[in-house]
Amino acid sequence: MNLQEFKQIQTRRHFLERCAGGLGMAALWNLLAQEGLAGRLQTELAQVNPLHPRAPHFPATAKNVIFLFMAGAPSQVDLFDPKPELKKWEGLPLPPSMTKDLKLAFIKPTAEIWASQREFRRYGECGMEFSDLLPHTAKCADDICMIRSMYTDQFNHHPGQLMFSCGAPLAGRPAMGSWITYGLGSESQNLPGFVVLSSGDPTHSGSKAWSNGFLPSSYQGVPFRSGGDPVLYLSNPEGISENSQRARLDVLRDLNQERFADAGDIEIASRIASYELAFRMQSAAPELLDLSQEPQEIQNLYGVNNQPDSYATARKTNSNQFAINCLLARRMVERGVRFVQVTHSSWDDHTELNKRLKSNCEMTDQPTAALLKDLKQRGLLEDTLVIWGGEFGRTPMVERSKVGAGDTRGRDHHPFAFTLWMAGGGIRGGQIVGQTDELGLNIQKDKIHVHDLHATILHCLGLDHEQLTYRYQGRDFRLTDVAGKVVHQLLV
Amino acid sequence: MLRSWVRNPIDTFVLERLESEGTTPSPEAARSTLIRRLYLDLIGLPPPPEALEAFLADHRPDAYERLVTHLLSSSHYGEKWARHWLDLARYADSDGYNDGPRPHAWRYRHWVIQALNGNLPFDQFTIQQMAGDLLPDATVEQRVATGFHRNTLTQRETGTDREEFRVKQIVDRANTVGAVWLGLTVGCAQCHDHKYDPITQKEYYRLYAFFNGDKEVNIEAPLPGEMGPYLQQSPEYQRRRRELLDQYPALALQPQWEARLLEAASTSEVDLIWTLAWRKVGWLFDGGQEILRLDPSQRTQKQKDQLSDYFVGAYNHVVDKGKYEELGLAKLKEELVKMRAEFPSLSEAQTLIPHSHPPTTHLHLRGDFRNPGIEVRPGTPAVLHPLLSQTAPTRLELAQWLVSKKNPLTARVTVNRMWQEFFGTGLVGTAGDFGVRGERPSHPKLLDWLATEFMSSGWNLKQMHRLIVESATYRQASKLRLDLQELDPANRLLARQTRLRLSAELIRDSVLAASNLLYPVVGGKSILPPLPKGLADLGHRFQGWEKSQGKDRYRRGLYVLAKRTAPYPQLMVFDAPDAQESCTRRERSTTALQALNLLNDPVFFEAAQALAIRLLQEESGDVQKRLEYGFQVCLAREPNSTETDRLLRYYEQQREILRQEPASIAKVLPLELIDKTDPASAAAWVGVSSVLLNLEEFITRE
Repeated sequence: MNLQEFKQIQTRRHFLERCAGGLGMAALWNLLAQEGLAGRLQTELAQVNPLHPRAPHFPATAKNVIFLFMAGAPSQVDLFDPKPELKKWEGLPLPPSMTKDLKLAFIKPTAEIWASQREFRRYGECGMEFSDLLPHTAKCADDICMIRSMYTDQFNHHPGQLMFSCGAPLAGRPAMGSWITYGLGSESQNLPGFVVLSSGDPTHSGSKAWSNGFLPSSYQGVPFRSGGDPVLYLSNPEGISENSQRARLDVLRDLNQERFADAGDIEIASRIASYELAFRMQSAAPELLDLSQEPQEIQNLYGVNNQPDSYATARKTNSNQFAINCLLARRMVERGVRFVQVTHSSWDDHTELNKRLKSNCEMTDQPTAALLKDLKQRGLLEDTLVIWGGEFGRTPMVERSKVGAGDTRGRDHHPFAFTLWMAGGGIRGGQIVGQTDELGLNIQKDKIHVHDLHATILHCLGLDHEQLTYRYQGRDFRLTDVAGKVVHQLLV
Repeated sequence: MLRSWVRNPIDTFVLERLESEGTTPSPEAARSTLIRRLYLDLIGLPPPPEALEAFLADHRPDAYERLVTHLLSSSHYGEKWARHWLDLARYADSDGYNDGPRPHAWRYRHWVIQALNGNLPFDQFTIQQMAGDLLPDATVEQRVATGFHRNTLTQRETGTDREEFRVKQIVDRANTVGAVWLGLTVGCAQCHDHKYDPITQKEYYRLYAFFNGDKEVNIEAPLPGEMGPYLQQSPEYQRRRRELLDQYPALALQPQWEARLLEAASTSEVDLIWTLAWRKVGWLFDGGQEILRLDPSQRTQKQKDQLSDYFVGAYNHVVDKGKYEELGLAKLKEELVKMRAEFPSLSEAQTLIPHSHPPTTHLHLRGDFRNPGIEVRPGTPAVLHPLLSQTAPTRLELAQWLVSKKNPLTARVTVNRMWQEFFGTGLVGTAGDFGVRGERPSHPKLLDWLATEFMSSGWNLKQMHRLIVESATYRQASKLRLDLQELDPANRLLARQTRLRLSAELIRDSVLAASNLLYPVVGGKSILPPLPKGLADLGHRFQGWEKSQGKDRYRRGLYVLAKRTAPYPQLMVFDAPDAQESCTRRERSTTALQALNLLNDPVFFEAAQALAIRLLQEESGDVQKRLEYGFQVCLAREPNSTETDRLLRYYEQQREILRQEPASIAKVLPLELIDKTDPASAAAWVGVSSVLLNLEEFITRE
């Protein structure tokens, strides 16, 4: 736009305004279109709109991600990676040759071995093993790629969770969802690109697990809450009806436009657009959350109305919240949300593992399986990547740090070998990747670091993890820091 | 050359560049724009209408300079500029990680505000924060200044390796010095020689070594007026405390508990309960293990009190819940806290002191502290000027080295950050990186000149601020110039001012100031503004957010409690930094969540109500007069006719809507506050006020 063009528009605009008593943004666009400038301004606006959809580096196999983040670290020995050998060693300490260099958070490496009390069975055509606590997920075996050889460098929750969700043990780095919306923008015109849903206890990492870090705050994860406004400040103040809100936004838009015509700062146009998105979100978010739109059989599939679990109730958590969140995650993906982070916490079973693990599985197993089935029956699983896992695993040795009656046994943090699974979005289901030793202490085959996992997730989305960078304080940062390689074995 | 445009040497440098590019500066901004710009930039508040009126009527040739003088001496100046420094200092009121509270952190913030208001020269400002504890006869305030280093994160998650996180703190201290004073990303050299800048890994650990021998201690740092009542009531407090403790026979278990802990500490035999309990002392009770190791007769009264408080709260680490409750210790813990609150106390501060037996420092191979390399001694990078004393330099020598006139970096990095605040972008755009990979300066000679001027002024911050804001360059209009679109879209040539969205805190402050709600008391403890219901529900870590009572809830944004894992939503959504590490430059984003926040946050809606009442009460004239007054209050200018017409139309429309929805009126504006004859008209002003507070221009410094 040159000065003459700009002046012309201003003159025409003022003329139209005087005649018509003020026109809205639509009229301005029409005017610009007549001048052949709408496209140009549109491009400029897109450049300043950080969530404008962008093409990936190469063709993608996944468009969206649902990240089921099992914070606190579930026990792989009791869920996914059966170790019958442990029964033989039950009650004995590990041989010293195996405990050299072993560093654990609470227990000593010489703590005695404790075999899982779970029953394992094979499921699906692939014959994947699951414990009796996961009967529903087990039925999706042929869609699941189970990785038994995950490892991380962090053995405490806060750094471990940050490593897992942000690729670095330090707070202040962008979360995976932030990197991905930074890379690809958002397909949704009226919802945020990166949404966070939570159930269970508070997590150690808090908001840092969905922080935009040094990226602009447009890429921040937006928590949808279960109580009050689903998005903070979504509802109008009391006494402000929808009519009244629309009138407020109309006058704001017109006055901001007036300023735009005078100051010419593209930031003003961007601010106008942000208010319009806010208004659309005000109607889109309640619609999204209205689960009564779902047929009864779908609600039952997820178990959103199941009987409350007494153990969870005693801990003041809504035992159906995870089910609700899984159903919401599907609805969000349908509406173009790029990255849904569904956190369930806490799996941190230092004590009373048998009781607590059962309770957590009862809350999460059915909804998780329902999500996979439901995505699949709608054809959404093809381009939606689902990831289920925690920040590390748990020891095959027992932890006895609680004084008290009953079975108080638990397991300590175990970063050296743990299990995680993925499905959909270009992942080859029905396969087990990696193998741990007979005690489940170390990885024997196909070690996959958290950085490798991140590189692979980005790869599915068509992003090269070495090219997705952001310059901050003199350095080009990546989700994968200076490491990570794509694990092609996981892919179709 | 446009000699007449030049007001001071800054303009000469800028004009030279503009002329070489074949362009000219913009005209001076309107006076109403200038006063609002100066108010927001110097004290972070919009000008009150009286000040606007007085300035517009002041035709003396030095009216502008007089205004600058007035603002530089305002006690709000320190608040505005403290916030920038707190970004660099990664200030927060919580530990990070598991995020326990830091009830004494505010004392350091208080120091920063006072230091800036008192115009403490920047070299002293630096030395006191770096090494106030090492100054001869260090005063309490000088020691409080070392709280700068205490803003590092603290990991108290049980089960962690204490050494690992101590090392992380030292790394953060070294990196922060690099970023804040040298403008260098020294952290890169933690694992390997710096790839771009001349800093070797060995040099990095020499810098690290300056901080390796420090100990964290909290000291009593009373503010004026605290000491008298404290001393007077101290004996009574001790007597009442003794009385209370004597009611609990469980206290007799303490000596045995101490003995078992010490036993667990001294043996390699693992008794899971007691070994863990001993380790928990390390994680949860700063200095606790040292106190336990002291012979009881050598403990001070304060140490005795701290230890018995800890015993009362932590005995449940070694007995089950039932037993703990049976002993009544949970109840005693509550009562101790309650009783303590009834007595006057002294403010405390987090400080640093040197360790009596500092550990030797080794290079960490590949940045891994478990993998020590050669021993290194404290020292500075060889590429820069040498330290004065080479024998056994301390933090104090490091501080003096930083502000030595031979140091080419400190002054440039500091004036560059000032420039960033006044123009949106520094002369070097990458304020945190002056290294090889950073941007080249847009005006190298200007940067050099400002740095020299800063040092020769005696590191006088206010004088530099005056110099910049009195330049013709600063006083230009910010209006976009189409002739510059191709030549200089990012405005690095400075042929105009830049429109800047206000920072998160300034948005809060402006809203509170315009609505007359602001409680403008300077300094002191952090506040907790009200939060929406349900925010604490789902792992958002707002538990214990007991909102401030009375006027405290209307204090400025820099006083809002900074909890690292649960930042106050309004601050987070407007790009306030997360205090994980030093932040040398904030982002300025534009998002829908910001729109929702400004439209619907009850704090802001309450402000719209208050502004409506202000307009109704302070301007009794007709509707148009009120609108004009609203513009003055919020934007420091008159509306044009299009704006007036549009707002009038909205006002009438709003009044009509309210007349049709009469039940809404009382919700929009509490009726007891207004004229009851025409409540819909009065309530329509809440809508108008809300619109004014949501205007892009309102949250922008033009």
